[in-house]
Amino acid sequence: MTAVAQSVDHDPKTGLWSWITTVDHKRIGLLYAVTAFAFFLIAGIEALLIRAQLAGPDGTVLSAEAYNQLFTMHGLTMVFLVVMPIASAFINYLLPLMLGARDVAFPRLNAFSYWLFLFAGLMIYSSFLFGGAPDGAWVGYSPLAGQLTETVRMDFWAVGLQLLGVASIASSVNFIATVFTMRAPGMTMLRMPVFVWMALVIAFLLLFSLPAVGIGLFQLFLDRNFGAVFYEAAAGADPLLWQHLFWIFGHPEVYVLVLPAMGIVSEILPVFSRKPLFGYEFVVFSGAAIGFIGFGVWSHHMFTSGMGPVAEAGFAVSTMIIAVPTGVKIFNWIGTTWGGRLRMATPMLFSLGFIAQFVIGGLSGVTHAIVPTDYQQHDTYYVVAHFHYVLFGGAIFGYVAGVYYWFPKWTGRMLDERLGKIHFWLMVLGFNLTFAPMHILGLNGMPRRTYRYPEGLGYEFWNGMATIGAFIIALSFVFFIINLVRARRHGGVAGDDPWDGRTLEWATPSPPPEHNFDEVPLVRSLDDFWHTKYAEDEEGRAVRVPAVTGAATDADTEAGDDHEAIHMPSPSYYPALASLGLVVFGYGMIYLNWGWIAVGVGAIVALWGLFGWSLEPVTKGDDH
Amino acid sequence: MPPERREPGPGGIGGGRSRLGGTGRRAALITAAVAVLGACSGSGPQSALTPEGPIARQIDDLWDLVFVLAVIVFVLVMAVFAVSIFRFRERKHDTREPRQIHGNTPLEISWTVLPAVLLAVLAVPTVRGIFEVRAAAEGPDVIQVNVTGHQWWWEFEFPDMVSDDGRTLVTANELHIPAGVKVQLNMTSRDVIHSFWVPPLNGKRDVVPGRISQLVLEADAEVADKDFGFGPGIIPGQCAEFCGLAHADMRLRVFVQSPADFEAWAAAQLEPVPIPTEGAAAAGYETFNSTCTTCHRAVVADADGAVTTLGAERTLEVDGVTFLDQFGPDLTHFGGRSTLGAAILENSEEHLADWIDNPSDLKPMAPLRNDLEAGKVLGMPSYGIDAEQIAQLVEMLEAWQ
Repeated sequence: MTAVAQSVDHDPKTGLWSWITTVDHKRIGLLYAVTAFAFFLIAGIEALLIRAQLAGPDGTVLSAEAYNQLFTMHGLTMVFLVVMPIASAFINYLLPLMLGARDVAFPRLNAFSYWLFLFAGLMIYSSFLFGGAPDGAWVGYSPLAGQLTETVRMDFWAVGLQLLGVASIASSVNFIATVFTMRAPGMTMLRMPVFVWMALVIAFLLLFSLPAVGIGLFQLFLDRNFGAVFYEAAAGADPLLWQHLFWIFGHPEVYVLVLPAMGIVSEILPVFSRKPLFGYEFVVFSGAAIGFIGFGVWSHHMFTSGMGPVAEAGFAVSTMIIAVPTGVKIFNWIGTTWGGRLRMATPMLFSLGFIAQFVIGGLSGVTHAIVPTDYQQHDTYYVVAHFHYVLFGGAIFGYVAGVYYWFPKWTGRMLDERLGKIHFWLMVLGFNLTFAPMHILGLNGMPRRTYRYPEGLGYEFWNGMATIGAFIIALSFVFFIINLVRARRHGGVAGDDPWDGRTLEWATPSPPPEHNFDEVPLVRSLDDFWHTKYAEDEEGRAVRVPAVTGAATDADTEAGDDHEAIHMPSPSYYPALASLGLVVFGYGMIYLNWGWIAVGVGAIVALWGLFGWSLEPVTKGDDH
Repeated sequence: MPPERREPGPGGIGGGRSRLGGTGRRAALITAAVAVLGACSGSGPQSALTPEGPIARQIDDLWDLVFVLAVIVFVLVMAVFAVSIFRFRERKHDTREPRQIHGNTPLEISWTVLPAVLLAVLAVPTVRGIFEVRAAAEGPDVIQVNVTGHQWWWEFEFPDMVSDDGRTLVTANELHIPAGVKVQLNMTSRDVIHSFWVPPLNGKRDVVPGRISQLVLEADAEVADKDFGFGPGIIPGQCAEFCGLAHADMRLRVFVQSPADFEAWAAAQLEPVPIPTEGAAAAGYETFNSTCTTCHRAVVADADGAVTTLGAERTLEVDGVTFLDQFGPDLTHFGGRSTLGAAILENSEEHLADWIDNPSDLKPMAPLRNDLEAGKVLGMPSYGIDAEQIAQLVEMLEAWQ
């Protein structure tokens, strides 16, 4: 145990360079988290501007041109630069720890994914400096997205999403390989924490869905820049093809956003109820079922597009079917709390808020499946209300719960409970005040993506309320930021296992060392760490097992492992270099007139990065 | 009934213990008050919840059914959830560990099957509703309207309403229909995807380039006399699919009239308007004929009754159907319309003068990107016409009732 620490220390652990070259899944996870949070603040400011514009009729805060850019960027940012990367942050940090592994399967590929995400995100945002941001909505419906080739706004969108897609596919391959090959001895698939399962499901979802939109984005890019006619109705093409390709990706994408949050809630509820998850197998399989069925419901985004009644009926039924496994999760979570001893700490509050609000979003989702009513609801504020109940009231609440829950593991410090509760209650109030009225607005005929509405249609009052609510949400995050900043210095010392956790990450120090586990744990059951602490008495109640001092897990280590040196992969700047090259290449594609130079430079840099990466030794300075 | 489904969050139930319980209860109270207000709030003239015809009513009935079921499910689930949170929350001095229940298969199977059964029941009226709402209108009384979606206005042609000399009835942004009669819209787009939506009369239907989409409108007989705030029988609607810069300003109005009034309106619309021969209007006509007819059409008659159509006729062929595809709205009976700029402004001399001066001041468009040769139109440009000429044009156009 003692011989371990030194041999992994190849590099100084501080300084900018150490972050740029890191291949440690925990540091990459933190990079994802910080970056995603920064983009979250930007998207929040965009949302506040949107709400300010809509606070009253005939708003004049923003021009139509600015408004269209802001709502496009808000959606694009929240989906691709906030929720997906925040999920990546949790998965990066926790997947190896929860599996009893020392890193992900491909640490440098992991770094590549992060840097590509960061650079592509910055590239998309740089469009504000180059004549305006994408303004064709995040879905980029063709032929609108192919129009106005005099501006490059939608090229930033097309190329940016393509690059983000590459980053996500690389991540997915990495996570799948990690789950299948890096589990600790005894960690069978059905002993994996639910969060790991959900990470696995979304990795498959991304792997199979991103290529569809990737093809669409290439076609659109060729339409815009090379005179192709993939979506040109006058040339006999069908613009609806784009919608199919987009939503074959876009609907699984919705589950990509929310399933990790469901995984987080499935980890938190048992810990704060002091009971195991109710029906682990049902929760796991319902998550997998959502993943499978999620590929069969895409056209419910297109019920008014004119597919024909038979297709509409088919997708109505498939959409109803997917409500079933979603309901199962809700019931099993409530079952988890039932009969427990519920400790109302902040992570628990956010998880309970997730459940209540997700139920509303789920039920309004069912009303979309009732196709004739969706003829009215589609593309209105009712839809905006629905997906914010799912993705903000659901997913964001879940991810915030996760931050409160794992912050002690990441930093060794506790977040303040009092500030956390202020944050929670303000966010519940602000969230519901913002988005509940949008149900009413939508049903009363207010379409989404409209930069103004006239007097006389009855939209003033609820829009005013929604705007007040949005600023309350913003206020709640002020408390969150204060809490985060304060905790770094003044937070209580967490210790290894502040919540009396159930999963393996709590068996490591806070924060964990680079190699995670001094000795790879041997797993004997689901929630193995809990079972090293507790047994059940004859009534089935948990009873504390007397702690074995010192090497509590000594007996659980791999047989024959005589504490040989642990070799962690060396830091490398090649992944960052390769991703930088790809983004330069992307810039060149957008500005083709002079951009051929950038295309060339980008290609050379990217290839240099990839070759350097392939040829460098995995660990340098090997001492044996 | 508008939905008031929202919940105070779990703290409304269990929040009393912490120091923040007060805030929690207040939050719950405010949210509850908002919910009640929501239930009482008026629906407005463009609401899907106040159907004014049989098709919209069928949709609304289905909505009422699914809404009530959703509320029941929500209340039941939240009641159990609330009981669980309240009953099993940690209390001081309570150190007994809970029983470690790992699951209950019969229970879990039942809460998998029950929702499935409920949804299967809902699927029946859903599928039936799809086929009924989407059924094309048939019969001799049905009125056909060909709709062309433009960035950012609506062009309407009644192909079966033809003048003696073979002209069809053409108008823009204001669709007149007879009450109690089915009106079949056959729609296509000349540029990007739009969506035609008049919520009190039917759900929306996307208007897609290269395709014909169909929508049936039908208003109740008494709607012709109802005032929704814009005058008797006038129902507002708008484009519901994001179509670029002025998407929010691509509005329309449906004028529901008694069949007799509709017939009279249609007959008047088919008449040409007179060429003004004296005063300011005559000067305005010169400007109109030299500048405006590049994009706009008007059917005029001289003093002898000779009828001329000013402006080129442009059309668009989709699946064998010919749609009108003019660069700008037909202005023949412009003075008789109640709005301008795709139903965003009342039709007054002042608004019209401002519009002709620079349309982009009133509605965000991109006329600098127009390329008429290529058929690309993104709004009406400012022609730099001086104030006097504008006044002349206004006088002429407003006289074309």
